[in-house]
Amino acid sequence: MKLSAYLDGIGLIGPGLESWPAAQPILAGVASYDSGPLTVAAPQSLPPAERRRTGLAIKVALTVGQEACASGQLDAKKLAAVFSSSGADNDNCDALCQVLASEDRHISPTRFHNSVHNAPAGYWGIASGAMTPATVLCAHDGSFGAGLLEAMTQVAVEGWGTVLITYDMPYPEPMHAKRPLPAAFGIALALMPDRSAHSLARIEVSLADGDADRLAEPQLEALRRAIPCARGLPLLQAVARGTDGRVVLDYLAPLRLAVEIEPCR
Amino acid sequence: MLNSLWLSHFTATSAIGRGLEPTHDALRQQRGGLAPCAFETVTDLATYIGEVAGLDQAPLPASLAEYECRNNRLAYLGLQQDGFSAAVGAAAARHGRRRVGVLLGTSTSGILQTEQAYRRRDPVTGALPDDFNYRATHNTYSVADFVRTAFNLEGPAVVVSTACSSSAKVFASAARMIAAGLIDAAIVGGVDSLCLTTLYGFNSLELLSSEPCRPYDADRNGLSIGEAAAFILLQRPADSLDADAVLLLGAGESSDAHHMSSPHPDGLGARIAMDAALKAAGLQPADIDYINLHGTATPSNDAAEGRAVATLFGDRVPCSSTKGATGHTLGAAGGVEAVISALALQQAFLPGGISTRRVDPDIPIQYLTANRETAPRRVLSNSFGFGGTNCSLILGRAQ
Repeated sequence: MKLSAYLDGIGLIGPGLESWPAAQPILAGVASYDSGPLTVAAPQSLPPAERRRTGLAIKVALTVGQEACASGQLDAKKLAAVFSSSGADNDNCDALCQVLASEDRHISPTRFHNSVHNAPAGYWGIASGAMTPATVLCAHDGSFGAGLLEAMTQVAVEGWGTVLITYDMPYPEPMHAKRPLPAAFGIALALMPDRSAHSLARIEVSLADGDADRLAEPQLEALRRAIPCARGLPLLQAVARGTDGRVVLDYLAPLRLAVEIEPCR
Repeated sequence: MLNSLWLSHFTATSAIGRGLEPTHDALRQQRGGLAPCAFETVTDLATYIGEVAGLDQAPLPASLAEYECRNNRLAYLGLQQDGFSAAVGAAAARHGRRRVGVLLGTSTSGILQTEQAYRRRDPVTGALPDDFNYRATHNTYSVADFVRTAFNLEGPAVVVSTACSSSAKVFASAARMIAAGLIDAAIVGGVDSLCLTTLYGFNSLELLSSEPCRPYDADRNGLSIGEAAAFILLQRPADSLDADAVLLLGAGESSDAHHMSSPHPDGLGARIAMDAALKAAGLQPADIDYINLHGTATPSNDAAEGRAVATLFGDRVPCSSTKGATGHTLGAAGGVEAVISALALQQAFLPGGISTRRVDPDIPIQYLTANRETAPRRVLSNSFGFGGTNCSLILGRAQ
């Protein structure tokens, strides 16, 4: 079976990359990249109580997921969702571990329910109303590739439209020293079984060997190497250039993922 | 789902026993594994837990020492039971190391290691101790990495972490990977181990029972946390299967889209998942002979799940929760209960739920509190996660 899908929407956020439209000329090499702090607000689609409870990972995940759906003019309610992240709400994890190492181990219920790896999927469902399947994955540095494989098999085998949402955020110290993730980052792809007027490209994914593609821009390449979900950037670069191509993405050594890209216009 | 898959080998290790035989014995004798909580330094919680004995005395082999943590110890112990490791070796030899996937569920991975490391921070710098290995213990992927490394596999691998549905959802993901031709076999299941985060976390939500949990009891008052490792080797059916071979007939997934820590009150998400599993298997509700309920024994879960089951199945299908025996093993629960469902199919009995004294009269389903000596042909197993991710599996006998 060919593992193929139509890429109908993209969401992107990272330092110096405000959105997919803003990042496209940078990735295509026609605009220069300027790193800058990343700001992201909690989505207005969440009820106020939930909005107050969201940490950075959830904000990043929901922001890129909604951007991908909006740019493909897709209704999130009708899409399955695949979340993939190397970590989760890493600030929350540190806060919980601090309390549990203290004399008074009473933790807050909100801290606890935000500690589950699938918290972004829970908030996504509340924000979108989607009762469709949602899964939440982790494969350490291979988390982008693992998410892409799951999303592609959903599209190819089940015939679902699926939004892939990959995201990471830094840990505070002392965990940062053990897992130095430099910045928050998110990439979302809306993947559909059939071509539409909004399809950007047809992609086909297979298991492969060899070295993963690198990015020419040194600062972006540094992000790709340092942040698991940014390992998907070579795919976005190829889509930004708008030409036929093949990219190799990092996955789980010795495996890589090869992605063939055919633009739809 | 396109084709049925064969659970060629399976095993479970929990508070009721290491491997299939003690697990089967405990279920037949309606013996539970829950005891008052005295785990690690947790002496201030009036609750019962389902602990796997002996993990503190079961270090990993030296070649896998970087993965050393309670969760991976439990995984390793589980892999040693019922010839499972040998079966994986044979599958890798037959299909190739790249053609065997590893898809496991966990909710908290090796976080106990991190909790303990935070107590050992450098008093001056605040740094974590040098021996703390984030990637191999804390990271959510650790257990799949551990299993992939232990068997020297090179195929796709992933951890699904959707709280209490994690190790049910891996069956659906693995089935898709096999159908797509990416792999020929998959190690699926889940491992979750006791830690402070879940004990104090569920305590903060006031969801811990002060006695062994009583699923579907009118006076149920919360859950008992357990730990477990469950592993299943999933592959395409052999050309000729024994009559008692167990097949995965269908999986159904859904989301509640309701609340982070309480289920949809009408069990709508649960109903969608069960419906989807029936549809995937090409079955009707009347084809199901037993339901292994999620049945956590929290007031809201059992009410919502019971409502969903009653809507789809009425009171025709015998149901029970085996969490009264094992405790709620969280990210391992879907795997453990798939193994218990497979045992019910092979050993021709329906396990009655234990510790339930008076079945809730407001939940109109047929809840079993005693074992029933009847041979089910198809069983449905429910797993519903915190955060509203649901999964139902349907298993059946080959004949």
